[in-house]
Amino acid sequence: MKLNNLTIKKARQGLKEKQFSSVDLLNACLEQIKSKNLNAFITVCEKEALTQAKQADELIKAGQDLPLLGVPIAAKDIFSTKGVKTTASSKVLENYIPEYDATVITKLKNAGAIIIGKTNCDAWAHGSSGENSDFGPVKNPWNEEYVPGGSSSGSAVSVAANMAIAATGTDTGGSIRLPASFTNTVGLKPTYGRVSRYGIIAMASSLDTIGHFTKTVEDSAIFLSVTAGQDKHDATTPPQTVPDYEKKLTQDVKGLKIGVPKEYFIEGLDKRIKENIEKAIKFYEENGAEIQEISLPHTNDAIACYYIIQPAEVSSNLARYDGIRYGNLRDSFGQEAKRRIMLGTFTLSVGYYDAYYKKAMKVRTLILEDYEKAFQKVDALITPTSPTLPWKLGEKVDDPLAMYLSDVFTVTANIAGIPGLTVPTGFINNLPVGMQILGPHFSEDLLFRMGHFYEQRHDFYKQTPYES
Amino acid sequence: MNHKVIIGLEVHVELKTKSKMFCECSAQYYGQKPNSHTCPVCLGLPGALPVPNQQAIEWCVQIGQALNCNIPLFSKFDRKNYFYPDLAKGYQISQYDEPFCLDGYIEVNGKKFGITRVHMEEDTGKLLHDGNSSLIDFNRSGVPLVEIVTEPDFNDAKDVKAYLQKLQQIVRYLDVSDADMEKGQMRLEPNISISLDVNSKVLPKYKVEVKNINSFGFVEKAINYEVERQLGILKTDKLPAQETRGWDERKNATVSQRAKEEANDYRYFPEPDIPPIRWTKEKIAELKAQIPELADEKSLRFQKEFGLSEYDAEIITREIELADYFAEAVKIAKDKTTPKQMANYIINKKININDVLPAKLIEEIVSSRKTEDVNIDELKSIVKKIITDNPKIKEDFAKGKDSVIQFAIGQTMRIINKKIDINIVRKIILEELK
Repeated sequence: MKLNNLTIKKARQGLKEKQFSSVDLLNACLEQIKSKNLNAFITVCEKEALTQAKQADELIKAGQDLPLLGVPIAAKDIFSTKGVKTTASSKVLENYIPEYDATVITKLKNAGAIIIGKTNCDAWAHGSSGENSDFGPVKNPWNEEYVPGGSSSGSAVSVAANMAIAATGTDTGGSIRLPASFTNTVGLKPTYGRVSRYGIIAMASSLDTIGHFTKTVEDSAIFLSVTAGQDKHDATTPPQTVPDYEKKLTQDVKGLKIGVPKEYFIEGLDKRIKENIEKAIKFYEENGAEIQEISLPHTNDAIACYYIIQPAEVSSNLARYDGIRYGNLRDSFGQEAKRRIMLGTFTLSVGYYDAYYKKAMKVRTLILEDYEKAFQKVDALITPTSPTLPWKLGEKVDDPLAMYLSDVFTVTANIAGIPGLTVPTGFINNLPVGMQILGPHFSEDLLFRMGHFYEQRHDFYKQTPYES
Repeated sequence: MNHKVIIGLEVHVELKTKSKMFCECSAQYYGQKPNSHTCPVCLGLPGALPVPNQQAIEWCVQIGQALNCNIPLFSKFDRKNYFYPDLAKGYQISQYDEPFCLDGYIEVNGKKFGITRVHMEEDTGKLLHDGNSSLIDFNRSGVPLVEIVTEPDFNDAKDVKAYLQKLQQIVRYLDVSDADMEKGQMRLEPNISISLDVNSKVLPKYKVEVKNINSFGFVEKAINYEVERQLGILKTDKLPAQETRGWDERKNATVSQRAKEEANDYRYFPEPDIPPIRWTKEKIAELKAQIPELADEKSLRFQKEFGLSEYDAEIITREIELADYFAEAVKIAKDKTTPKQMANYIINKKININDVLPAKLIEEIVSSRKTEDVNIDELKSIVKKIITDNPKIKEDFAKGKDSVIQFAIGQTMRIINKKIDINIVRKIILEELK
């Protein structure tokens, strides 16, 4: 097996047992990045990563044991990295080099991880396909004519194509879960506030969550154990203790109550995906879970609510790129950013605020209440992650509304702040499909347990787009 | 021309917290090297997040409590969006519809003035213009700022000045700000308009905001100037323009800075990076209990407890340092001197409390009253000589001119040249004259 195809778990094992070095592991990843032309990275930190890998090898030799010691990890290019260009995939920040590390980057480094590079994404994380990047679209390794999903497109692809062992992402309306389901990777959107946002270029502050892509659910649990927790630099991280996610993985699903929201199985959902997800639900039932149909009545209002709150916050968050400080003028903003700045500025203006923003905030409360009621009846929910399979590059670029609708199954979790985990559930026409598991606030351990149970018995993660 | 002047005030006070409002940078920026007190947060770098300063929030609440405000149990921060080069994030974190303090009042010159609100916000950076280039110093960016807004209850510059002095005194008593106007720690913005209908309950259709006022003297001048200017316009049946004007110290006049649109659209919305603040009644009560005795209260107590006149008590309590000094001196004086004598001494001799410790002060007062021993025979002979040398003394005294005694005392004291008890001198003079 090629080293770059390893999971975090296996890589750590091999490193510990000195079957290979961190430098070997890194070189395997770097080679893969060079050999595939997927545009997944904006910056590859070859030199810095090599230095870090050598240091990791020293530490391993000295008997150090850290959860990610010597493991190459990619970071979405909206995570501030000290001394390494951080562009948000926008021309506006083309030459911006942060003077500080995001809290998550600090935590990853402290856990021994090697930052292999910065991944491409939709500019400012605006998009569902990866095509809004000012540095060209990312291609789906399962079929390069197709989109990998976005906005964390490069991170998803870096893991799917075995260019990195894991990768960070951000999820504001589905930006981790959608690309995870399009690339046969595991994507976690944690509870709002579970992982610090400090140092990550803000898209919509009340919706932004910081998660990651891994090859397995187990890796996702290991990763979250490193990144989760209260941060004195982020006032929205509560003091909730971080459980040992890895330890809690192995329980079965007997007696779990799983809800299936009927609003997610409607017209517009690809029939083949519907069948695929129903099969996964059936699997849980066969293994002792109790399946209940439930209703989330405000699901239909979610996209409208999201596309008021999100651009409003975007318009404010992008105001600092005023052409004075970062070297490029405001005309360097791409179409999608301009569209959201205009939308958000409009809905926050005097005379419109009550009709749009305030109303959207009320709908937000209703959506949260939908979930609260649901979680009184069931432990977790299972839905498709995306209503459609990955689409072809260019197919929706001229139709922003169609693009917005691709987040229809994911945005509600952001509006409510609950966690969501996407787990691969197979392939249709050689394109990946994923299911979404949703749970109450701070129930990541339950999502991992459910995902892991499924994954152990299906092994879709073992399939890779290239030779293994 | 019959008219009514209507003035409301917005005052900004910089708090003297150790660190800034939303980051750990030092807030003591005055006179420091430009951009030496900065970090990703106050520079507004991509990804940086604000974490509110608990101390600053509590002080803001205490200012509100000292101004008799209600403290709602729920409050939040909002973003005020506008563009200006000194505003690092493109928005200022402020408070909009749910500030920390609401509906207070203050008593000045025997009148009550309404306090609309007291809220918390962050200061901006500072632009420095140098020839053709403009530079930005972000040291001030993010320094905690409390804004105190009054009702349009003021009708003349005198009351405004008195209010501002009282406000400055309060924040200094609370020890939350030095409120030094020259250092920009206290900034005043009066909103001035004039109604020609003295009984009208409706505000005029315009108002003029005056900025750049950095002394209490200028605020009086600026208001009086504005009243004359606006009256001049109103006399021609025109309405003064709604605008922001600046006080020009050299011209001794206000000058137009920018015309105000109907209302600036700041697109306020709740700051998503800071969770709302929820107080408990206990915490509010605790903060209130921590408020020290303020000047008005202290003055009344000094009058009652120490028998000071209202005038003396007001002077002694004007600054908390002096009031504390006085109280300390009273405590250690015991029966060596009375508080009243002490107050007189401090006020008349303009005692510098930094040079004279309270114990030393009491010593001074006591020694100033001390008399030297006197030889009665010597005194008698001096008095006799004076009366002999000045026959007019006896004549005038016979005519009932008692003031002549004072003259004789003065003459005696001059010759004897010692600090002796005047009462003894007076007694001997009277004896000799009989």
